[in-house]
Amino acid sequence: MKKDFHISGMHCASCAMNIKSVLNKVPELKNVEVNFASEQASVEHDGDFPKDKVGSAVESLGYKAHFDEDNKDQTPEDAAELESKRELNELKTKLTWSTFFTVLLLIGAMFIQAPEVLRNPWVMLIFATPVQFWVGAQYYKSMWASLKNRLANMDTLIAIGTSVAYFFSLAVLLFEEQLIQLGIEPHVYFEVSATIITLILLGKYLEKRARGQASSAIRKLLDLQAKNATVVRDGKEIMIPVDQIVVGDTIIVKPGEKLPIDGEIIKGETSIDESMVTGESLPVEKGVGAKVIGATVNKSGSIRIVATKVGENTLLAHIIETVKRAQASRAPIQKLVDKISSVFVPIVIILALITFLMWFNFGPEPAFVRGLVSLISVLIIACPCALGLATPMSIMVGTGKGAENGILIKDAEALEVANKINYIVFDKTGTLTYGKPEVDGFEIVARDTDPQFIKNAILAVEKLSHHPLAEAVVRYLSNDTEVPEAEGFVDRSGFGVKATVNGKPVLIGTKKLMESENIEVTKEADKLAEGWRDKARTVSYAAIDNKIAALIGISDLVKPNAKEVVATLKKMGITPVMITGDNAKTAKAIGEQLGIQEILSEVLPQDKANKVKELQEGAKVVAMVGDGINDAPALATANIGIAMGEGTDVAIESSGVTLLRGDISLVPKAVNLSKSTVKNIKQNLAWAFGYNVILIPVAMGVLYPLFGILLNPILASGAMALSSVSVVVNALRLRTKKL
Amino acid sequence: MIVNVIVIILIIGTYVFFFMKKESKAVAVGNQVEIMVSGGYKPDVIRVKKGSPVTLKFNRKDPSSCLEELVIPDFGKNIKLALGEITSVEITPSEPGEFQFHCGMNMYHGRILVEN
Repeated sequence: MKKDFHISGMHCASCAMNIKSVLNKVPELKNVEVNFASEQASVEHDGDFPKDKVGSAVESLGYKAHFDEDNKDQTPEDAAELESKRELNELKTKLTWSTFFTVLLLIGAMFIQAPEVLRNPWVMLIFATPVQFWVGAQYYKSMWASLKNRLANMDTLIAIGTSVAYFFSLAVLLFEEQLIQLGIEPHVYFEVSATIITLILLGKYLEKRARGQASSAIRKLLDLQAKNATVVRDGKEIMIPVDQIVVGDTIIVKPGEKLPIDGEIIKGETSIDESMVTGESLPVEKGVGAKVIGATVNKSGSIRIVATKVGENTLLAHIIETVKRAQASRAPIQKLVDKISSVFVPIVIILALITFLMWFNFGPEPAFVRGLVSLISVLIIACPCALGLATPMSIMVGTGKGAENGILIKDAEALEVANKINYIVFDKTGTLTYGKPEVDGFEIVARDTDPQFIKNAILAVEKLSHHPLAEAVVRYLSNDTEVPEAEGFVDRSGFGVKATVNGKPVLIGTKKLMESENIEVTKEADKLAEGWRDKARTVSYAAIDNKIAALIGISDLVKPNAKEVVATLKKMGITPVMITGDNAKTAKAIGEQLGIQEILSEVLPQDKANKVKELQEGAKVVAMVGDGINDAPALATANIGIAMGEGTDVAIESSGVTLLRGDISLVPKAVNLSKSTVKNIKQNLAWAFGYNVILIPVAMGVLYPLFGILLNPILASGAMALSSVSVVVNALRLRTKKL
Repeated sequence: MIVNVIVIILIIGTYVFFFMKKESKAVAVGNQVEIMVSGGYKPDVIRVKKGSPVTLKFNRKDPSSCLEELVIPDFGKNIKLALGEITSVEITPSEPGEFQFHCGMNMYHGRILVEN
C-alpha cells in the first residue's frame, strides 16, 4: 500500500536525503521518496502503516511527520492557536536575550562611568552580533524571500535600517583611519541596531498577544460546542461524539448538560440557559414541541430531544461561519489604505535615501554621519503595520463583540451602513409586539342567526388559514363541539379569507374586504369597531350569508421595552417608523402607546418593499426590522435589513444584521455597536496615517533647521513599536464598550 | 561626489526594482494548486473555472508575521497559515471575474481569475 504524508522543518535538499535514508532503515517500508520542495514523503508499506516508527525516525533527525489522522480532532483554529503559542514562546526567549544584550550595550554607550569593558567597541560588537543575526534573523529571511519576488515589507525596512547601523559600526572598527581621512566621524552605533531590534520585537510580542485577544470571539464560540452526547439507538443509551449524531436521532439531555445539536423536545420539560448563543440572560422555559438550540445548557429537567439540525446546519455553526466571514470582509473605507500599503515600503526606502542625500550635501558637519542616522530613523519609524491593522482589527473586535451579545453582523459593509441610518422601519408584528395576537373582543351583531352557528362557521373557515390572526381566533373559539367543514377556501392576502360553510358564504377579514364584496357594514358594527381600534385592537369582520354577523377584536401585546427603545432611537437622531397591515386607527393607537409618529398603516405585505423605497428617496439611509420570513423583500430593499428571530428560525444569510433573540433593545445596541466600530476604525486610521505623515518628515529632519531637533533612531524604533500596538489596543477597547 | 552618485543609483534602482516589474502570468489550475508563501505568493495569479471547487494549498515557508494571515475577502476567508505547514482552503467560485487574496495587512497580493 502507498502512503503520503507531510514533513515539516526541512530547509534544504540534503534534509530530504537524510530523511529518506532513515526511512529506508524502517523494515516495513519500501520505495521511500522524500520531496523537499513539496515537503511530502511517499512510501510503500506491507500490512499496517507503522506510524509510530516512521514518526520517531523522522523526529530523530529533528523534523516532524504529519499524518492525516493526527489532525482529525484538530480544527484549523486549534492548529493556528498552537502555532501562535509556539511563536509567542519563541518570541519571548528571543526577547529575553535581546533585552539582556541591549541593556549592556546601552549602559556602555550612554554612561561615561560605565565599566571600561562595556565601553570597549569590540565588546560591543560581541554583544550586538547575536542580536543582529540570531534575534534579527527573521528580518533577513523575510527580506530575502520578499526581494526575490521584487516585493518589500516592514521586515525589509528593519533589516536595512539595522544593517546600516551595524555594518557602519563594524566598518568604523575595522577601517577607522581610512574613514577619518575621508572626513567621516568614526562613531559606533551598535547600541542603536540592537535597541531597534529589541524594541520592535517587544512591540511585536505585545501586538501578538493583543491580537490573540481580538480574535477570541471565534474561539469562545467554538468552545461552546458540546463534545459528546447520549443517544438512544436500538433501544440502548450510548455515548457518542457529537459529529456522529444524525438527523432524527433521539438524544437524552440531563440537567446541567449541554445540548449537542439543534432539535425539538419530544419528552420532558425544562428551563434552558441560552445566554451563550442568543445573549438572552434569563433561562427559557421549554416543553414538548419546543425548539432547542445546540450548545445551550439544560438547567432543570431531564429531556429527550430529536435532532433536527446537525453539523454545519446548526445555529451555532451558522453563527461561527457568519462571524468568520464578517471578520474576513473588507470595509469600503479600506480601499485607500490598500493603495497606499502596496507602495508604502519602496517609497519609504526612496525617502530614506533622499534624506541621506540632503544631509550629506546640505547638512552641517558631521554631515555623513547625520545623514546616516536620519536614513536609519526614516526606515525604522515608518510603520505600514499600523495602517494594515487599523481596519481589520476594529472589525474583528466589533463583530466578535456583536456575536457575544446576540447581534450577528454580516460584513464590514453592513457595519458602515448601520452607522449612517436615518430611519428605522419596524414591521410591527413580531418586532414591536410579540407577534402572538390574542382575541380580546368577540361580539355577535347579527341578531337573526344562531350564535353557535356563527362561532362554528368562523372557526371552520379560520382553521384553514395560517395567518397569525386566524390562529388567534381558532385558539379563542376552539371547543369540543363538532365543527362543520368549510369548502372553497380562498385566501385574499392582506384582506382576509373566504369559504362556504353549510352552503352559506362566509367572509372574514378587513372592512375593505366587506366593501369589495358589497356587504353593508352596519352603523352599530362601525361604532363598536371604532371603539376597539382606539384601544389598539385589530378588528376583523365576519359576514355570513352576505350580512355582517360578528366582530372580532384582536390585540397583539406590545413588548414592554418597545417604548423605551423608540425613545432611545429618537435620542440617537433616528426616526422610528412603524409599518403594518393594521387599520389606520389601530395603528395610530399603537403608535401613540409607543411614541412613534411616523406610521405606515394598511400596507399589504407585497407593498412593504415599495414603502421602504419611498422612504429612501432623498438619499435617506433606511433600516428595516422584521422577522425575515414574510418581509424578506422589504429587508432586502432597505439599505440594511435587520432580521429579528427566536433561535433556530432566524434567517441569517438574508440580512445585514441578525438579532438572535426577539429582544427589541438589540436594535439600538446594534446601531451603537456599528457606530462605535466605525468610529474606532476612523480613530485607528487617523492615528496610523497621522503617525506616518507627521513622524516620517520629523525623522527626515524637518525640525532641524527650525529647532535643531534631529530624531534619535532609538526613539524612532520606540515610536514604531508603540504605533502598531496602540492600534490593536485601541481596537480592543471596543470589547469593554457598553452597548 | 562618489557618494552622491552611489545614492542616486540606489534611488533609481529601488524605483525600477519595485515599481517596474512585469505582471506575473496567470497559472491555469484544475481542482487544486499549491501556493508557496514565501516573500509573497507563488504563483500569485491563478486562473480557475467558474463553478468548480478549487483547493488552494498554502504552504507557508516565510516566518515573517506579515504573511501569517491570509484573507480572501470575496469568499469570506480569513485564515492563519501555520509556518512550515500546508493550509488548505476550498473555494467554489460562482461568478466570473477577478478576486483578490492577500495577507492580513494587505501588503502581499495574489489574484484569482475566474473564467466561464
